[in-house]
Amino acid sequence: MKKQEYHPFEDNAGEFQDKLFETRIEAVNLAYKKAPKSEWAKYAERMIHIIFLLLGLITVGCVLLITVYLVISGIPAIREIGPVDFLFGREWASTAAEPRYGILPFILTSIYGTAGAIVIGVPVGFMTAVYLSKLASPKVKSVMQSAVSLLAGIPSVVYGLVGMLVLVPGIRKVFNVPDGASLLAAIIVLAIMILPSIIKMSVTALDAVPKEYEDASLALGATPIETYFKVSVPAAKSGIAAAVVLGVGRAIGEAMAVMMVAGNVPNMPDSLFQSVRFLTTAVSSEMAYSSGLQQQALFSIALVLFLFIMLINAMLNFFLKQEKE
Amino acid sequence: MSNIITVKDMCLWYGDHKALNNVNIDIPEKSITAFIGPSGCGKSTFLKTLNRMNDLIPGVKITGDIRYEAKDIFGRDVDVNNLRKEIGMVFQKPNPFPMSIYDNVAYGPRTHGITNKVQLDEIVEQALRDAAIWDEVKDRLKKNALGMSGGQQQRLCIARALAVQPKILLMDEPTSALDPISTSRIEELVMELKEKYTIVIVTHNMQQAVRVSDYTAFFLLGELVEFGKTDDIFSQPKDKRTEDYITGRFG
Ligand SMILES: Nc1ncnc2c1ncn2[C@@H]1O[C@H](COP(=O)(O)OP(=O)(O)OP(=O)(O)O)[C@@H](O)[C@H]1O
Ligand SMILES: [Mg+2]
Repeated sequence: MKKQEYHPFEDNAGEFQDKLFETRIEAVNLAYKKAPKSEWAKYAERMIHIIFLLLGLITVGCVLLITVYLVISGIPAIREIGPVDFLFGREWASTAAEPRYGILPFILTSIYGTAGAIVIGVPVGFMTAVYLSKLASPKVKSVMQSAVSLLAGIPSVVYGLVGMLVLVPGIRKVFNVPDGASLLAAIIVLAIMILPSIIKMSVTALDAVPKEYEDASLALGATPIETYFKVSVPAAKSGIAAAVVLGVGRAIGEAMAVMMVAGNVPNMPDSLFQSVRFLTTAVSSEMAYSSGLQQQALFSIALVLFLFIMLINAMLNFFLKQEKE
Repeated sequence: MSNIITVKDMCLWYGDHKALNNVNIDIPEKSITAFIGPSGCGKSTFLKTLNRMNDLIPGVKITGDIRYEAKDIFGRDVDVNNLRKEIGMVFQKPNPFPMSIYDNVAYGPRTHGITNKVQLDEIVEQALRDAAIWDEVKDRLKKNALGMSGGQQQRLCIARALAVQPKILLMDEPTSALDPISTSRIEELVMELKEKYTIVIVTHNMQQAVRVSDYTAFFLLGELVEFGKTDDIFSQPKDKRTEDYITGRFG
């Protein structure tokens, strides 16, 4: 552009615009020149970096601390009882004259309870997610999603309470058994408790499926339902798998609600109507008055539980990583 | 030559916004018809009306008469899934499913009830051959389709559309995301396909319309301004607006 004189009283609007533009550019350049990064700014930058790092390390530190503590305090009892007797012993009688520390009933109860919750909760949660993500009108979707969020926010003691007052007597009446507090009651409560996380994560995964995939399917003459199940769900499968694993994690770690509805007796889970005790409740129900080897054995149970959860987390990470790819 | 699609006095609204106004057009069978016009004039909208993909958008209202093989496409007895099977579509952005190449092509036939492996193999191979991509993919049919180049993906999408044996293929700017070599491959392909199929192609590329199409429709602001033989439209347009557009004076 040629440099031109600016004559405010002449009719040269175009040039005036150009001039204005140049002036603005100069002003911006000047502003940048005036503010080189000062030493102080660099220092602050570094400080903030360190602060964030420290905050991050707190979390990592907690995890490490818990792991180390659990391993250290969980190993002695396993050594003393013997890993086979401990893990595969069928009887738990910690306060007997001749105490027995077999936790197979707890392990199996936790596995059955979780599996049962998954068998009920996953189909229901999955179908709900498909409905919410693909079929529901926006209004229904938002109402139901807030209901699901609410369900997620209810404290587990409330689940336990409702289970105790409604589910347990219900089971007793419907199945005509002496006590309704049972594995079945725990499974049902757990199934309901894992619903929100399964629904929410699955909806997120299904919502993220590109619309182009669905359009392509519809344009080939597939019905909407065919499209959702043959295209959208497979495209979201790792997210849905992660949702299921998350549900497993919640179910296996839940203590309060199952303590209230499962009867909390250390039986082998031979039937759905057996009163049972979970790994989590095994720890919490005796911790208060335990001592000596009994207390150490409780730490060992916690360690076993911890290992289960680590395993589930590893699976979750695996699925989430897959989804990213 | 008979007309496979006839449209009379068709209007379309997105809510309150009238996107198409009084469109009348007859699309001849086994030929290539190009839709041209500036951005936002309603080409995609019109294309998506023909296979009723607009039904999926809430708030769309359509009036007028659209006939495919003399049958009202909005008629009560029309199965929309069957209509879409007969009137296939290729989208602007290549959109293969995140599955293997084979499964992509087999998706349509499977959906329409073909389960026999031998039969499926045959259909998949034929579709891939028709889409001029068989030689490039025959050794990796089990590989994920997302690992292919954009041009290959688009030809795969064409193969996928062909695998359900449509009569019409609607293509919305199928080459706009592709390099010149892929583009010319697809243009050649389109010209071969008109032996068997009726093709409607939206394009912003005037040369492309001239190169491939037999008929051209010029849209402007939701109206069909002019429709006729491509040679006529580009050599002696009747409407001043068409002339302005094809000579690049606006748009
Ligand atoms: N889903 C929709 N909802 C509301 N309005 C829409 C929708 N899709 C398109 N429109 C409007 O309809 C008009 C026509 O759009 P259309 O996509 O058909 O144009 P086009 O000719 O295909 O343009 P382009 O060449 O940019 O693809 C535009 O004004 C657009 O804003
Ligand atoms: Mg368009």
